Order: sequence, then C-alpha cells, then structure tokens
Amino acid sequence: MKPEALLHPTPAGLFCPLGKFHVDPVRPVERALITHGHSDHARAGHGKVLATRQTLDIMALRYGEDFTRSEQAAEWGEVIDVDGVSVHFHPAGHVLGSAQIAIERDGLRIVVSGDYKRGVDPTCAPFQPVPCDVFITEATFGLPVFHHPDPKAETRKLLASIRQFPERTHLVGAYSLGKAQRVIRLIRDCGYDKTIFIHGALAKLCDYYVSQGIELGELRPATIEKKDPSAFHGAIVVGPPSAFQDRWARRFNEPLISFASGWMMVRQRAKQGGVELPLVISDHCDWPELLETIREISPQEVWVTHGREEALVRWCELQGLPAKPLHLVGYEDEGD
Amino acid sequence: MKPFATLLDRLVLTPSRNGKLTLLTDYFRSTPDPDRGYGLAALAGTLDLKAIKPALLKELALEKLDPVLFQYSYDYVGDLAETISLIWDGGEKEHVGEAEQPRLGDVVHRMNSLGRTEVRAAVRDLLDQLDHSSRFAFLKLATGSLRIGVSARLAKQALAEMSGPDGLKKDVTEIETLWHGLEPPYEPLFAWLEGKAQKPVLATPAIFHSVMLANPVEEGDLDKLNPDDYAAEWKWDGIRVQMSSFGGTKKLYSRSGDDISGAFPDVIEAINFEGVVDGELLVGGTARSNSATRTFSDLQQRLNRKTVNTKMLEDYPAFVRAYDLLFDRDEDIRARNYLQRREELAEVIEKAPHDRFDISPLIDFQSWSQLDQLRLAPPDPVIEGVMIKRRDSVYQAGRLKGPWFKWKRDPFNIDAVMMYAQRGHGKRSSYYSDFTFGVWAEGEGGAEQLVPVGKAYFGFTDAELEVLDKFVRDNTVERFGPVRSVRAEPGFGFVLEVAFEGINRSTRHKSGVAMRFPRISRLRMDKLPRDADRLVTLTALVDAKGGGE
Repeated sequence: MKPEALLHPTPAGLFCPLGKFHVDPVRPVERALITHGHSDHARAGHGKVLATRQTLDIMALRYGEDFTRSEQAAEWGEVIDVDGVSVHFHPAGHVLGSAQIAIERDGLRIVVSGDYKRGVDPTCAPFQPVPCDVFITEATFGLPVFHHPDPKAETRKLLASIRQFPERTHLVGAYSLGKAQRVIRLIRDCGYDKTIFIHGALAKLCDYYVSQGIELGELRPATIEKKDPSAFHGAIVVGPPSAFQDRWARRFNEPLISFASGWMMVRQRAKQGGVELPLVISDHCDWPELLETIREISPQEVWVTHGREEALVRWCELQGLPAKPLHLVGYEDEGD
Repeated sequence: MKPFATLLDRLVLTPSRNGKLTLLTDYFRSTPDPDRGYGLAALAGTLDLKAIKPALLKELALEKLDPVLFQYSYDYVGDLAETISLIWDGGEKEHVGEAEQPRLGDVVHRMNSLGRTEVRAAVRDLLDQLDHSSRFAFLKLATGSLRIGVSARLAKQALAEMSGPDGLKKDVTEIETLWHGLEPPYEPLFAWLEGKAQKPVLATPAIFHSVMLANPVEEGDLDKLNPDDYAAEWKWDGIRVQMSSFGGTKKLYSRSGDDISGAFPDVIEAINFEGVVDGELLVGGTARSNSATRTFSDLQQRLNRKTVNTKMLEDYPAFVRAYDLLFDRDEDIRARNYLQRREELAEVIEKAPHDRFDISPLIDFQSWSQLDQLRLAPPDPVIEGVMIKRRDSVYQAGRLKGPWFKWKRDPFNIDAVMMYAQRGHGKRSSYYSDFTFGVWAEGEGGAEQLVPVGKAYFGFTDAELEVLDKFVRDNTVERFGPVRSVRAEPGFGFVLEVAFEGINRSTRHKSGVAMRFPRISRLRMDKLPRDADRLVTLTALVDAKGGGE
C-alpha cells in the first residue's frame, strides 16, 4: 500500500479514508483524532472525537461540555481499532495532554507528530520517539536560525530585570494553554516564590494544570482591588500577549512588556511587537531538535506540515531522505 | 563579551531614556576593566576594531551551511550579522556559560593584533566560542554597524550616574571636558569615577569643552530684565560647533562633543589660529565674502558622513560663523565677560580666511519690543530667531537660567486632520500615540481629498492622549498591523493643530513637503475637517522661505 492511500491531505486536514477519520481537522468532520488542545488543532463541532483524556478535558474547558457528540479517551500506547485501522497515541512533549498519533494498517505505519518539542518541560509528558515508515513533522521553527536557548537562563533574564527595574510591572505575554503554565513553572523553578498575577483568560487552564498535579505556586487575578496601581510595583503579570495592547494593560505601573515565545529569537520580531524583554521559550522543536528527531526515528519518508516546510524539505533532500511538504492550511504558525 | 552582548540586547529594545540609563549604569558598575571601557568605546563610537568585510562573514557561514538553507535564513531574518549569529553552530567549542566565553577586552586585543592572513581563522574561532547573542554583538562591532539608539552623551550621563549616590556624583560636563583627552579602555576615568584615583590630567587642551547653552524665552521672562544689560545676536539655523586647535591638532566637534572633523576638511584646513572657538556650522558663503548663507537642508547634505568627496565640497562649501572664544591660544578666557571675549574673537576671526570664517554680528536694539520686531522679520531666511546674552556673562558649561536666552521665531502652525494612528512603545504601548495627519488637496477628477503631510507623536498632554486614543478606538475604519486608519471626512473627523519648526520640499513624501520637528500643539475639537488647511498653504510656506530640495 502506498502511504498516501492510508493518509493524505484534504482541505479539512489530514484524512484517513480507510478509517474514515481526520487528524486535527480545521473544519467540522464526522470523526476527528486530535493531537492537542491548541485551538488551531482542536476545534469544536466534530461528530466524534478521539484524543487523550487531558486534551478532551481542555477542549471541554474551552468550548463547553458539548464540544462534540461523542468523545473517546486514548491511553498512552493503547492500540485502538478505528474501522480496521490501528491507531495509538504517544506523548509529544508540546503541552499538557499533547500526543503524536500512530496510524497503522497492513504493516505500514505513519506517525503524525502534531506539534512537539524535545526540551525539558515539567508541565507535560516528554516526547517519545516512535519508529515508523512515514514521519509527519511540523516545521514551525524549521530554519537553521532557530536555536532555542536554555529556558531557565531565559527565565533568569526576567528575574534579573525585576531586580533592575523594581518599580515596573513586568507583563509576560504567554499563550494561555501550555506556554503560560510552563513559564509560571519555570519562574517557580528559578526560585521566585512571590504571588504571580494572571489575566482572567488564564484562570481556568491554570486551575486545570494544578488539578493534574502541576504546582504553580500562588496565583492571583490581575485585578486592582483598591484602585492602587502600586500593588503591582515589581510584580510579574502573565497574560495572553494580545491583552497588553489593550486598555487592560493601563492599570499597571510603567509596564515592561515581555513575551515568551520562540519567535523572540529574531530581534526585529521583538522590536516590531514593542517587546522590551524577549524570552526565547518555545513549545516547539528548534532546528537542531527537528534534525535530531528525524535522524533518530529514521523513517523511510518525511512529510512536513505547517511552518517553514521548504528548509526542512531541503535538508532531508541533502540527506538523501525522501521528503515533501503537505501544504496544509489553517494552522497558525504564530502560536508559540 | 557576554555582559556587553546582554546590554546590547536590552538597549535595542528599551525605548525609554531612563531605562537605557539604568541598563548602562548597571553595566559600568558591574563589569570589570578593561571590558567596560571597551564597551563604553563601542557605544560612544571611539572603539577602533579591525574591520571585517561582510563578504568574509558570508564565506565563513557557507563553510558551515548549505547555500540554499543560508539564503532561506537570510531572507527570513533580513540582517547578515544576525543571520550568521543565529545559524552558527559552534559545536563543542561553543561556551554557553558566561565565565568561559572570551571577554570583550580579549576579543579587542586579539582582533587588533592579527595579521591579514590570520583574520579568517581567528574570526571563525571566535564565532565558535561565543554564544548567539555574543556572536551578534561581536559581528556588529566588527562590521561597524552598532545601531542601538545610544548617544555618546547618554553613555557619559551613565558614567556620571555610576560615580556615586546623589550629591556625590561627578558632573557630566566634567566627564565631557576630559573625554576627548582619554582613550579606550578609559581605566583612569573609571578609577576616578569610582573614587579610587585622582582626576586624570590631559596632555593637550585640543579637546572638546562642554558648551554653554541658552534657555528659551518664556512668557514674562523679559519683563524683568533690563535690555541695557544684554547684547543680541541672530540665531542661525545650522549646527552648533566647537573648533579646537593647538600645536597642529585641529578638531571640529559637534555640540555634544562628537568629533566631526573628518566630514569637514574644508573648515579644518582653513583654521590658521590656535584656541577654541564656539560657532555655528553653515553651508554657503560668509558675510565677508558677500555670498549668501544657505539653508539647513543644504547643510544636511554634509552631516552624518564620515568622509566627503570633492563634489560635495564644491557644491556645499561649509564655513563657521563664530559666536564666542573659550581659549585664546592656550589661555583659558572663559572667565572673562562676553564683550571682552567678543573683542578677542574679532581679532582671531579678522586674521582667519575670509571665505571660511566670519563673526556673528551684534544686533542693535533699545527695547525688547524693538528686538521682537526684528526677530519676527529677520534680514536673512536662515535666521531662526535671536540670542540674548548678558554683556557681563562668563562662559559656563551647561544650561543656566539667566545669562543666555534664545528667542526663536514662532513656529509654523497648521490645522490638519488625523488620518492614521499607531500604537506607541513602552509606557505608551497600550495607547494610539503616533499620528499621521493630512491636509486637503485636489485629487483626481477635481475632488478634494486628504493627503498625508507628516507624523507627530508628542506635544499633547496625558489627558489629551486619552482623548486622542479614545477617538482612534471609536472611529477605526481599517487596520494594517499596528496601524489604524480613522474616519476623516469633511463633516466628521479629528482636527489637530500641528506646530513645526520649518518646512522643505521633499521628493520622498507623496505630498511633496516635509516638516521639521512637527508636534501636536492643540486639539481643535472646535473645528471640522473641512476647516483644516490645504496643501497650497504649506507649499506657499516653502516658497516664502525659499526651501530647497
């Protein structure tokens, strides 16, 4: 069987005709397998959803309990038969509950990695390499310029800045699922034990992480209780980056805008966004990690989904490894 | 290298002056000699480092990376030094920890001691050992393109800050007095600032001496002053300079002490006196040679250049209109009074080449109202107001209130319509605080339409900013990234009174005019956009003052 017969791209996303299911579809479908809870991968309105328990919980938190008619939770490594196609889920190390999905039939195995990373992250299960014939990889940071530094060293920059500018409120932009909780955890691991203030958009997800055994320390909503902005002098406030351009940010004292993202590697990106303190903390692989993962799995073929496909495809070609871009649409490559 | 690299990373992204000052002060306090001295030199533009050509860097990068992948990377990042700093993989030699990385001082010594054939291997080796942010700093230094928005003056201000707590701080003018007599890595300077050594003694007086500045005339200021105590001169629209000449060393400094001699060989070569002269650098001819002084936009052709070609020298000849004399030969005469210094100055200038030097004439006046009339109708378009100087004033560095005043021509004013708004930076990042404004002009088919004529981001109060920001948010028509276009129709929109210092023709602006120093002076909520000015009003201003291209 040709791999394209088992799985191929369609406008709705990757489709398996034998099992009649889509992976991370960008529009409502009958049956969806979801890698993780980010909104560009996990959308509401599918007939049936198969995902990890944590991903299902996150979807319910974001979209309400009725986000699908029928949900099924996959255990790590459990082989599930979907209309004669075997599927199994393995940790991807991206955010809490994130999975790679292996799809198998007649001895041919394709692994859809979803978004993944190899770096240490105490807020989710680490990536597990799964041998396969076709490895489908993301390429969000698929350019040789991306080398993500040690996230703890980046976090220490934030703490150093608070010592340097003790009167300024440090607003740390971080996407509300995954990055925010990871950044808070990193700040704690670097020895900061004061209250961290969070934007309202983060509350439910932070509570959920805590319920899953991930300690985040004392968190308080970033609301002004007595109309006293001095309460936020030298404080850390974590929120979605979009909030900092909004009137919401005015309550703080001389806010210093920080942003935790792999994109912060490139200075112009930081400058354009008005970011004073970029923190290069990413939930995706950097370039060396992408290459290392492909070498380690050594599949027969590599398919590249969203991101900077052309550079990664070029690298595979230089290694004599067949590779092609899938040109899937609908996945935000900015969401890190 | 690491502390300097970290400093650069922060400075590039810190918009506020005070924030930069804190970062610089901390750097000077916490970094050891000689590294901090070389860091200071890099910021102040006095670091002499063997230059590396971009072509060599690219070759080194291509030893490491496939050319196609390099091109993808370069296209994405857009800056060669940054691309190379990011793609470089030092392998085992790369030191992540700060302690193991080469220090800035070591890098400077190593680079400057290299023979021509050793450069390639040494650069490769250094790139291997540094981490990405230090690589970036090194490449920026070595390619000579450190653009981080820090002036030499700000770096010196930080030196003053580091010298002690309030009250014990050294004065920045004292640092500037020493500055040009010292060289990187400035160890005696730091030792003095930290109270560990005496003030350094300079070998030659041919250095920059901090200039005396004037305060603007404010409402009611002159009522208290007797015109008989003051002399007046025209305020020329060039740049303030200081000429310093001793024992064959001739220098031209800008007001802030930057050495601009290289760009003005015509002036330097003509200096035939010894001493220190304060004056205005202008383009055109001196009064003594009976030719016209040319506009500031002509002078701009000569500014911000390291070197200058023959054609430039012919087309835009520079000269100095002298205001004051600080040193007569090696005698410091700053403690004498203004009129005495003018007498000495007149003697010096009299013997100096006629085509390169003249003296700024005194204005004859009896009363402030008479001077006011002269100010409003000056005899030369390159005059931007009058200077008022106490006859008995000594030459004191800094901006003291009382001895000297500047009384500028009123700035130009127009009523314009807000067209676009952009979010500000730092403190203002949640406000729409950068405004593009336009005036009416005849468009295609004869219909009146707004054409943008400028952009302003200050002049208003915080309370006014709230009003402006609310208008932008409530009346957005379209968004382009951080920019919003707002409703601007004859019967609905926001009229801004814009004040500006001057106006020139410009081929780079769609409207054909460019304002100097525009700011929002008033919110005209009493006016409708249809009452705003028309483009012809602006072009008439250009024609009236004879502005060139």
